[in-house]
Formats: sequence, structure tokens, C-alpha cells
Amino acid sequence: MTFKKLLAVLLVLVAVPAQAALEITVSGGDVAPLPIALVQFQPTPEVPLDVAQVVENDLVRSGRFKALPRGAMPQTPVAPQQVVTDGWKAAGIDNLVIGQLGKSADGYYARFFLIDTVSGQQLLSHQFSVKSVAQMRTVAHMIADMIYEKLLGIPGYFNTKIAYVAASGYGPARNFQLIVSDSDGEAPRVLATSREPILSPAWAPDRKQLAFVGYNRGRSAVMVYTLATGQVRTLVSEPGLNSSPAWSPDGSKIAVSLSFENNPDIYVIDVASNKRRRLTDHYGIDTEPAWSPDGSKLVFTSDRGGRPQIYEMGAEGGDPRRVTFEGSQNARASYSPDGRSLALVNTDGGRWRIALLDLASGGLKILSDGPQDEGPQFAPGGAVIIYATQGRAGGAELATVSVDGRIRTRLRQAADIKEPAWSPVVR
Amino acid sequence: MTKNFIIAGALVAALAVAGCSGKKNVKPAAPAAEPYGQSTTPYGSEGYGSGAPAQIGGPSAQETAERALSNNIVYFEYDSTVINSEGESVIDRYASYLQGNPTARVRLEGHADERGTPEYNLGLGERRAKAVEASLLAKGVSANQLSLLSYGEERPAVPGHDEASWAQNRRVQIIRQ
Repeated sequence: MTFKKLLAVLLVLVAVPAQAALEITVSGGDVAPLPIALVQFQPTPEVPLDVAQVVENDLVRSGRFKALPRGAMPQTPVAPQQVVTDGWKAAGIDNLVIGQLGKSADGYYARFFLIDTVSGQQLLSHQFSVKSVAQMRTVAHMIADMIYEKLLGIPGYFNTKIAYVAASGYGPARNFQLIVSDSDGEAPRVLATSREPILSPAWAPDRKQLAFVGYNRGRSAVMVYTLATGQVRTLVSEPGLNSSPAWSPDGSKIAVSLSFENNPDIYVIDVASNKRRRLTDHYGIDTEPAWSPDGSKLVFTSDRGGRPQIYEMGAEGGDPRRVTFEGSQNARASYSPDGRSLALVNTDGGRWRIALLDLASGGLKILSDGPQDEGPQFAPGGAVIIYATQGRAGGAELATVSVDGRIRTRLRQAADIKEPAWSPVVR
Repeated sequence: MTKNFIIAGALVAALAVAGCSGKKNVKPAAPAAEPYGQSTTPYGSEGYGSGAPAQIGGPSAQETAERALSNNIVYFEYDSTVINSEGESVIDRYASYLQGNPTARVRLEGHADERGTPEYNLGLGERRAKAVEASLLAKGVSANQLSLLSYGEERPAVPGHDEASWAQNRRVQIIRQ
């Protein structure tokens, strides 16, 4: 399926209560967003968060749902027995979400129900208990994930974090920040700042650590940040490039690109022992390693053939095979959760776009327009790819595109965002 | 355009070196260019010359050397590590300086424009720094006076997403340490 086959383009501008403004493009006549209504949960004074609103924002932001405005609701039930289905059906709503917030003996709870108004059945019924009010935002994202998966049949990706680098200023005033936020951009937390560049944040599979590239005393280094303690340790800092960290799926190893033995090659470092193994040995630039979901293979970018292309090899090393042949350059590949395709950056010499490669067939599908799109990564669940794109004002913005290319969203941010990294979902 | 600045800088440096003999930079109150003792104004008569004090000789060797080193950027074409003639003259001056000062050290900082991925551009920046290193070594500089660092596309000289900006960002900066 390519963009050329799309019949109609529908542009929907949604105002979201928060600093971020949202733009959603839904293309294709048969992909209509699913109507849903989320009634404000019965509030309690101890919980200031409008949980239902956070859930609604997540679902609408995915481009797959259209929410009934609160002003148009026929009633505001907070318990299943209060629901009168006729009014909702008349409003065109088949899926209704209601709930309650409250204080419990040792914390707080959020209870919600997903009700099918046609049959009157409860599709979902669940209660979350938390110790602190601050955890309610996470609960909201978990509720959104449950509803998304129940109604669409694919895993949600809202209870995830995004790690990214924000750069500002030029020359000696240039400043870099490593930031982690919720998947909706809320609750940003600055983990590290530097006058020198920070690049390539990479989540450990257990979400407890972040690897990244930093500079110290005239050298680059791959560093590891531990979220619970704020501690930073240097994994490797040889002369030359120390770059492009990628955690193995079991968290025991980090693949990197090091150039201290002449030019950038792929190495694998054992995290516990710091022992290092060299996997490639070629005079080209080998960089941007990424692990397959089962840990048995690596893809990486190499210009050994003249220009950057994607190569795949066994995780123990061995002869790499080239996998990209379209366009003039291909780079920064990462595997889908099912291991069958790669998200990558492709150019034909002009624009840099996000593309999807089917590994079995070799077929390449262009998913975005550029001109400077980069850092593509599958969201957990594999239905959506997040990436950084050049915004209208020139700075970078986060964007998503569904793997079939039909649904695109852009989340406009104030900072110049580079290299977003979505965390794994921890269930 | 920046390239004009490089040429102008090279000319100024060349003139500074040429002017060492004194002629161009001297503003005599009396004709000081003539040999001592043959001045047309008798010593002691009719007061001192008017105007600013005479500047004897050109800039100091120190100043000249500084001026020669003030242009410390080598620029590159897109996707290229080829050093052009302007770049070679920047490198020539640093080669002279380093050979004349065996304890002096420089860091070669390589950069790329924003096109392409950040990690690949780290590699490209390093390639450019290595090209400058090779040129310096070929001119007789000791390896232990040189260190390399690549910043890829992370420290652009100028903002902007057009060819003019990109051209200024594709560079190696020679930083004295």
C-alpha cells in the first residue's frame, strides 16, 4: 500500500489541554477513527488529576479514536448501573468509558469500566491501587493501553517513556539536556546537562538505565545513567569515536561503534564484565547497530559499499549481508517487535524520509515526507513508528506514523528535540 | 560568503608577513625609512614630528604568528574529505607553527552538516579530522602534537537549513591547547 493509492485526506486539528499542540492526519477513506466517549471519573478531592482526560488525550493522539466532547454527553454516569445506553447510541457512541477515583486505606484507587452500549456488556472492568497521587498519571496511561488493546486488538504504547536530547543555543553558548518524559510529553525530567553534545539515548530493556554518548575531557564516551540513583558511569572512552549504544534484548550486552582501532567498527561490550568483542573490521564507517528482538542478529549502517546502507549479521559476527538497495542512502535501522521488518531513514539524494523494509521480500515503503526526518523507532506493539521531523519553525518535533502509512501525528514541542527513544513497555 | 573571508584572511596574513620589513606599516613623522643619520631634519631643531608616534618595524613576530593562526578552519564539500587549496594554506601555517614549537599541541575537531544521521556524521567528522591530520603529518608535524575529536553535526557553526549554512558547518577547526 503506498501513499499514491490513498483516496482522501482528512486533516483534523485537535486542541489538547497542555503545552503541546497536536496535528493528526488520517488518510484513506476506510480508516475512520473509532468513536468513543470518556465520562469524567467521579472525582475525589485528594486526586487533582482528571484521569479520564489523560486517557482520552492518549487515545485521540493515536489517531485511531475520536472522542465525544463532554458538552455533548447525554449523561454523566460513574457506575455501570447508572448507564442508560439509548442516549449514547443516539449520539453515535458504541464504546463508553466511566470510572471513579477515591482514597483507600493505604493510598488511592482508580476504577474504570469500558462498556459496549450496543450489548450493554462490560468489555473491561478494572481497579488500580497506588500509594501516591503522582502515580495516577501512570495509571491513566495503563487504562489507555488496556482500552486501545481491547478495541483494536494490538498492544497500546501509552505507558512508556520517551528519552530525548534537547539542544539550544549556538557556539560557546550551546547547551544540551538529556530528558525523560511520559509518552505524551508530560512530566519532563532533566537527567543530565552538558555544554558538550549528548547523543543517542538508548533504554535498557528493564527501563532502569539509559545509555548515551557524552563528551568528557576532550574525548567522547558511551555513558550509562541509572534512573533510580542518578548515577552516571563511563562504559567506554577510547580515543576516536565512542558512539551509538544499543542494548541487547536481554540487557546483558551493549553494542557500540568504536574507532580507536583505525575507523568506526561494531563492538559488543558485556555490561557486567566490561569485556569487549569486535564484530566488524572494515575501513568503512560501521555504526548504528541494532539488535533483533530475539538477540540473534544485528543490523548496522555501513558505507563499505560507497554510501551508507544497511547490513545484517549474526550477533556473534560473521559476514554481513547488505539488505537495502533502494535510494541513494539508507541508515539508522531498527527491528520491528516481530523481527520481520526494519524502520530506517532513506534518501534519494534530496529528502530524508522514514521508510519500512520488509526483510523477507526486500520491499521498501516510504512512510514520511522529510525533508529531514530521522531517528525512527517502533513503538512497543509494532503498529506505530515514532521519529523526529523538522518543524515549521525550523526546530525538531516528534512525529508518529502508523506502519501502513495512513495515520500520521505530530506533537509540537518548544525545545529542539533530537533523537527520541521510546522505552519498552513494562507490564 | 565564508570562503571570501578565508581568502581575505589569507591575504591579510600574507601582507602581515610581507610587511615585516617595515615599509607598509610605518607612519613616519620624519622619514624614518631612510637609514639612520641621513634624516633631512637636523637633530634637535624645530621640535618633534607631528601626529602619532612612529611605529618601528611591522607587527611583532608574535603578532604575525597569531594572525597567521587566527584562520583555523578547513572547509569541505558535501560528503567529501578532500582538502582544497584554501584548506591547504591553513594547514601550511599550522604545520609551520607546530614544527617551530615542538611542545605546542592542537586538537583537530571535525564536523559535518546536519544531513544524514547524527551517528554517521560522527564518522564523517572524524574522517575530515583525519584528512587534516594526514596533511599535517605529511608536512613533517609530529603525531604527538595532534589529537582528534569529532562532533559530527552536533556543534554547527551557524543555524540554518540551507546550502549556505551547511557549507559553513562542514569543517575541521584547529584548536590550540
